[in-house]
Amino acid sequence: MPAVSKGDGMRGLAVFISDIRNCKSKEAEIKRINKELANIRSKFKGDKALDGYSKKKYVCKLLFIFLLGHDIDFGHMEAVNLLSSNRYTEKQIGYLFISVLVNSNSELIRLINNAIKNDLASRNPTFMGLALHCIANVGSREMAEAFAGEIPKILVAGDTMDSVKQSAALCLLRLYRTSPDLVPMGDWTSRVVHLLNDQHLGVVTAATSLITTLAQKNPEEFKTSVSLAVSRLSRIVTSASTDLQDYTYYFVPAPWLSVKLLRLLQCYPPPEDPAVRGRLTECLETILNKAQEPPKSKKVQHSNAKNAVLFEAISLIIHHDSEPNLLVRACNQLGQFLQHRETNLRYLALESMCTLASSEFSHEAVKTHIETVINALKTERDVSVRQRAVDLLYAMCDRSNAQQIVAEMLNYLETADYSIREEIVLKVAILAEKYAVDYTWYVDTILNLIRIAGDYVSEEVWYRVIQIVINRDDVQGYAAKTVFEALQAPACHENLVKVGGYILGEFGNLIAGDPRSSPLIQFNLLHSKFHLCSVPTRALLLSTYIKFVNLFPEIKTTIQDVLRSDSQLKNADVELQQRAVEYLRLSTIASTDILATVLEEMPPFPERESSILAKLKKKKGPGTVTDLEEIKKERSSDMNGSAEPASVNASAVSTPSPSADLLGLGAAPLANSAPPPSSSGSLLVDVFSDSPSAVAPLAPGSDDNFASPDLASSEVVSEEPADTVHDADELFHKFVCKNNGVLFENQLLQIGLKSEFRQNLGRMFIFYGNKTSTQFLNFTPTVICSDDLQSSLNLQTKPVDPTVDGGAQVQQVVNIECVSDFMEAPILNIQFRYGGTFQNLSVKLPITLNKFFQPTEMSSQDFFQRWKQLSNPKQEVQNIFKAKHPMDAEITKAKIIGFGSALLEEVDPNPANFVGAGIIHTKTTQIGCLLRLEPNLQAQMYRLTLRTSKEAVSQRLCELLSEQF
Amino acid sequence: MWKIHFILLFSRQGKLRLQKWYTTLPDKEKKKIIREIVQIILSRNQKTSSFVDWKDLKLVYKRYASLYFCCAIEDQDNELLTLEVVHRYVELLDRYFGNVCELDIIFNFEKAYFILDEFIIGGEVQETSKRSAVKAIEDSDMLQETVEEYMNKPAF
Repeated sequence: MPAVSKGDGMRGLAVFISDIRNCKSKEAEIKRINKELANIRSKFKGDKALDGYSKKKYVCKLLFIFLLGHDIDFGHMEAVNLLSSNRYTEKQIGYLFISVLVNSNSELIRLINNAIKNDLASRNPTFMGLALHCIANVGSREMAEAFAGEIPKILVAGDTMDSVKQSAALCLLRLYRTSPDLVPMGDWTSRVVHLLNDQHLGVVTAATSLITTLAQKNPEEFKTSVSLAVSRLSRIVTSASTDLQDYTYYFVPAPWLSVKLLRLLQCYPPPEDPAVRGRLTECLETILNKAQEPPKSKKVQHSNAKNAVLFEAISLIIHHDSEPNLLVRACNQLGQFLQHRETNLRYLALESMCTLASSEFSHEAVKTHIETVINALKTERDVSVRQRAVDLLYAMCDRSNAQQIVAEMLNYLETADYSIREEIVLKVAILAEKYAVDYTWYVDTILNLIRIAGDYVSEEVWYRVIQIVINRDDVQGYAAKTVFEALQAPACHENLVKVGGYILGEFGNLIAGDPRSSPLIQFNLLHSKFHLCSVPTRALLLSTYIKFVNLFPEIKTTIQDVLRSDSQLKNADVELQQRAVEYLRLSTIASTDILATVLEEMPPFPERESSILAKLKKKKGPGTVTDLEEIKKERSSDMNGSAEPASVNASAVSTPSPSADLLGLGAAPLANSAPPPSSSGSLLVDVFSDSPSAVAPLAPGSDDNFASPDLASSEVVSEEPADTVHDADELFHKFVCKNNGVLFENQLLQIGLKSEFRQNLGRMFIFYGNKTSTQFLNFTPTVICSDDLQSSLNLQTKPVDPTVDGGAQVQQVVNIECVSDFMEAPILNIQFRYGGTFQNLSVKLPITLNKFFQPTEMSSQDFFQRWKQLSNPKQEVQNIFKAKHPMDAEITKAKIIGFGSALLEEVDPNPANFVGAGIIHTKTTQIGCLLRLEPNLQAQMYRLTLRTSKEAVSQRLCELLSEQF
Repeated sequence: MWKIHFILLFSRQGKLRLQKWYTTLPDKEKKKIIREIVQIILSRNQKTSSFVDWKDLKLVYKRYASLYFCCAIEDQDNELLTLEVVHRYVELLDRYFGNVCELDIIFNFEKAYFILDEFIIGGEVQETSKRSAVKAIEDSDMLQETVEEYMNKPAF
């Protein structure tokens, strides 16, 4: 039996729980549960009406059974019944069941919404609280539809109790997160901002969360929150530890609110107003100063709360990245934590320093801690902490310390946890490439990598070393010599055989002069590994052999003997067999010239982003791979950069797909179908062409940086929303006369549209295509209507899945209702994370008034009669403009029809003119429209006249149509 | 966005005692996540940090006596403060039950939920004042019928 049973003991429940706990076996437990489920079922189905208490008890039992991990598929209706009970305790259990076992049955939802509506209207703060909690817990779209309009009112009403305000603020936040389009912006927003000044700290705490999320999406609208947040923060940090009474947590004044305010300020750049900015700087200094004061309590809660505020302040300092003094102080503070006895603090200090390393102001200061970090790598007992140390070393690496850091990472790799080996391999490979001044060092490093952690060296890494060796002729001889030596080891990793095979096949001739590495010795060395290797490696070696035939005619017969052996020609693997057959044939029939042409040295690779970097980004996901290298102005030392900066800058830089087989082994159909000589030719020569699907653009952050090297580092690290509407006006105008097509496209994302309209209703399908090979995270498209537009255009959307896989397309439907005529277009805002960066873009959604046109056919007489009826000067709008496109009558006709009106033939006395008629349908009214377009070929001008019964409509249609010709 | 995605309470034996989700997921997915996380955390030894990277989230956990409290937060969130969210919740439970133990939470799981709801809504901290939160819960207890009233009703 329970140690305590407060409030309402449900004896039956306690007995049941005890029974379950006393079950000796899993089977006994299941048996007991099934018995109980049968009992409850029969009670619920029984003829006798259950009283509230019994219902509550059984619903509670069901909940308990659910928590044990069993599925519950009934009881929802009984729980819904409890919602309308007058007894608080029954209502409460009803709500709990609904929140825990959310059900999407629409009938049920209607009943639940009804109960919630009653409780919200009850003015009983306890009941209102329950209802708001339930909405926040379920947070479904249906609930948003039902209550998103109501909750803001409760939130800002003068007579709402503080506790209800708190719940309302966070409930609204939940709805805004799930269905931002359903939460109407309006008068309440400015009043919400002023909740930052509220007397009640609990209200301020809840409101700050809401404001932060709203401000992320609508920074302009919530700009005033900055100064309010700064002054609130300032009052908190300067208060004595007892001033805030209950909101003081272990001698730290209001840590939750402080952190939330600091978080809100991270939605904005540093305040422009010097007074506000000064005050904020003071706050941040005070927080940094407090970190140096002796602790007011020995309890870990005290130091955690204090440091939570400190770390958040440091995040803000890094976000602003504008006060060198603060940045360096932050770095020194973190430096102290690096040696703290609390593992948590060491972990966080390493993590936070990673971002500090990306600021040009603090990069040098971070570097001074290199020894401590290396030591952490060697001595920390927690793998999470070591992982952070690796991240930080990577982040602080530049030309001055690259050799040391790479050496330490290689060192660590020998004992590193298996879970992080691959990542370390990638990081070492990237740093070695990036900071290689001397390419022999680079080649040594990669071969070391393969030696130490061959299993974790992914294809990308060894592809890359080959690309680099091929592109740099000063290192080819060294590479050939080094792989040759490395292959001497009795046991070497298969990846080394691949690299060795490839490099010797290309550049073995460079070391063939030395009798110790004569052609035959090279061949015998490689062939001694052949039988230990997997099929793809063997295939690669066969290609090396045929290249040797070309490079070293003196060992041609030896190689032909090998190719001719049964183990090759009759190999069970079709790829190997085919290569052997084709290569043998090629070596026999082709003249020396042809052989030399087919097997010519590989041409240099087009410069591209390191595929390893792309892989690391993919592996690590958002935020963790800060591309400091791009931020810092070190690019000129990159191999790519120094070789051909121009081609790196080009936005079309592509990454070979991770699966693109270096030797085209994957392209089996090609090898199988083509005749022998050309087939082997394509195997060898054509292998490096990117397969069409392999084209992936650079990460956006680095992309921008390459394009404009002078970008301040903050532009890359900060997640500051660049909320400019994309100037895709041209594309937008194209959609005036058509319904389908591509609305927007950049290197990451393609947005396509398909839409259909009928009378005042429409439906638009938006297709978001991820053009990269990396997932988009937190993908949130939002359709935004201005206040004016909201009243005349009703748009409904469903949220889309927040992750969009690389290469995948997701679809969103917008249901459209035109309530009355309107001018502007809605804005489609899209936010997502790609790689480490936050993407934010907006385009106009081409929902224009003419979409609600229904064409009307009429005779010449009717037309001119109506034309005259609409002769009030306000009903007519005329525009004379220059033709932007060739003046082709057929195209013009098509455009007028596409515009939506009927094209009336033989109506205008001048056959060169075009006239049209139609009716614009809105929910509230229908507007007849007539139009006339008079081309003047000689002047290359048009005169467009619109007459409708409503001035604004004439105006808008004239604007839209004028852009079309 | 800044919020707690879910909170799990489980025993050292890996038995789940409470689950609270602030994101909508299918039940099957939830079960999978619970299994995975319980296993990750139970396999960590004591001297480690309280933070574990997990998918694109971060787990923040702490053990109180026989019970583990684990929150999943976003990568950018404040880890230390999340530890104190857990601690404040334990304090609230303690204040309500008086020297709370695992059994209290097993037998009064619904109360544990109500207390959590007073403190956190939709993954955001609502009320950080211990007094206000406890008062709200005690007020609601006042609204309930007397124990006697219940005892007079049939048990099964």
